[in-house]
Formats: sequence, structure tokens, C-alpha cells
Amino acid sequence: MEQIIQHSEAHYDPEGAKLGMWLFIFTELLLFGGLFIVYSIYRFRNPEAFRLGGEELNLTIGAINTIILLVSSMTIAMSTSALQLKNKRLTIVLITITLLLATVFLINKYFEWGLKIKHGIYPGSAHMLNDFSQGEILFFGLYFVMTGLHALHIIIGMIVILAALYKVQKGTVNADRPSLLDNAGLYWHLVDLIWIFLFPLFYLIH
Amino acid sequence: MEKEKHHIVSYKFYFFILIALVTFTFMSIGITRINLGGYSVLGAMIFSVLKSLLVLTFFMHLKFDQPIIRIMVGFVCLVFFALIFITFLDYYYR
Repeated sequence: MEQIIQHSEAHYDPEGAKLGMWLFIFTELLLFGGLFIVYSIYRFRNPEAFRLGGEELNLTIGAINTIILLVSSMTIAMSTSALQLKNKRLTIVLITITLLLATVFLINKYFEWGLKIKHGIYPGSAHMLNDFSQGEILFFGLYFVMTGLHALHIIIGMIVILAALYKVQKGTVNADRPSLLDNAGLYWHLVDLIWIFLFPLFYLIH
Repeated sequence: MEKEKHHIVSYKFYFFILIALVTFTFMSIGITRINLGGYSVLGAMIFSVLKSLLVLTFFMHLKFDQPIIRIMVGFVCLVFFALIFITFLDYYYR
């Protein structure tokens, strides 16, 4: 019944929207992919400097952030199920938890970066230019660029999820029209996927 | 019009995937703790690939989507691996 009413309304094509989202995700994968190639070449050429650099990073914060992102990926995936099951309240709760976890991730990142910067480790700092080898400068350059670009994706993901939350609340994103939440979820899983590779490459070098 | 049947994944199933992902995370930390020399990177990467397969297949619904999306994802991965391969060929034989 509802289906017929909706077809007379605005154009809605969930499969097309999903395909478009995936095409966008591919461009993101290749963007980070390029950076991963740069990383692997520099690491291949400076294995010792990358090992020293990796030991400077805080494994505990890295591991906690990994778990946070994995859990947030689960909660947003669950929220799409809750929406399908027409449980609006639970959908909203799960999306809100996802947003809170994303905020905690960023707070951890803030303290992590803050500590590095306090110790004079940031691109172009006098401490790095005077005391660090070329390889270590490359390592920390890549660390700030790649985790920074990833954090930017977290912020963009949060904005998209916030938009989805608003529309779920308003009822324009619902069990019959879930595309916005589904695609916000896809984007969030992409952010998780990138971190799955960033974490071992930066924090697990011994 | 035929409506696409939407596969609804249970909360419990998502939770099991999370448990697997967290387990793999700790295993990847563990494997880099023991001294395997050059193989510890390989070990950590294997766990990362396993984790990304779980995220792609279940969280990103590739298992329940049309095959065309799976084919596209596979193709993009192939392009990426070819890119890595060619780049390293250049560095080894320079």
C-alpha cells in the first residue's frame, strides 16, 4: 500500500544510490591506497627509522581507538537493522552511540597528537629537523598526514551520520526509504576499514 | 514493481562479527610482540586482511548485495594490488 503512495512522490532508487556510494568509496580507497604505497616504499627504504618512529607511538591509545572504531561500526550496522525492523527508538539510540564513540576517538586523537606536538614532534619542527634522521622525518610526516586525513574522514562521517539521525527522527528516513542511513553506514565502515590498516602499519612496528 | 528483498541481519550476528574483529586485533598485536623478524609485518597484514574481509562482507553487506558490487570491489582490489606490484618491481630492478 505505502509502496504505491511513495512511487508517486519524489524519485527514490536505493540500488542506484548504493552503487553511487560504492563508486565514491572506490575513489577513497585509491586515495588512501596511494598513501599506503608511498608508506611502503619509504618503509622499504628506511626500515630502521620506521621501527624507531613506530616505537615512539602509544600502542595503548592506538589499540583503544581500534576497538572504539570497531564497536562504532557494529552499532551503525545494527542501527540499519533496527530501522528495517521499524524500531525507530533503537535506531536513534544506536546512531547516537556511534556518534559518541566517534567523538571519543577524536578526543583520544587530540591527546595523542597534542603529546607529540608538545614533545616537538610535528612536521617542520626544529626538534625533528635537527635530531631526527631523514627516515624518521618521513615516518612522522606520513603519520600526521595519514592519521590526519583519516581524522578528517571521521569528522565528515559524523556530519553525514548526524544528517541521517535528523532524518530518521523526522521520519523521512524509514524502513521503506533507508538509503541515507545505509550509505552513511557504508561510509563509516570505510573509515573503519582504513583504520584497520593504519593501526598495524604505524603502531605495530617493532 | 518488484521490491528488492532486503536482508535484515540480526543484532546477535553483528555482535559475533565484532567479537571476531576484536579477537583478530589482539592477535595482530600479539603476533608483532613475538620476534618473527620480517614476518611480523606479514602476520599483522594477514590479520588486517581478514578483518577487512569481515567488514566488507558483513558490515558493508557485500554478502547480501547484488553480485555486481562484489565484482566491482574485487576489481578495485586487483587494480590496487597491481599498482603495488608494479611500484615494487620498479624499486627492485632500478
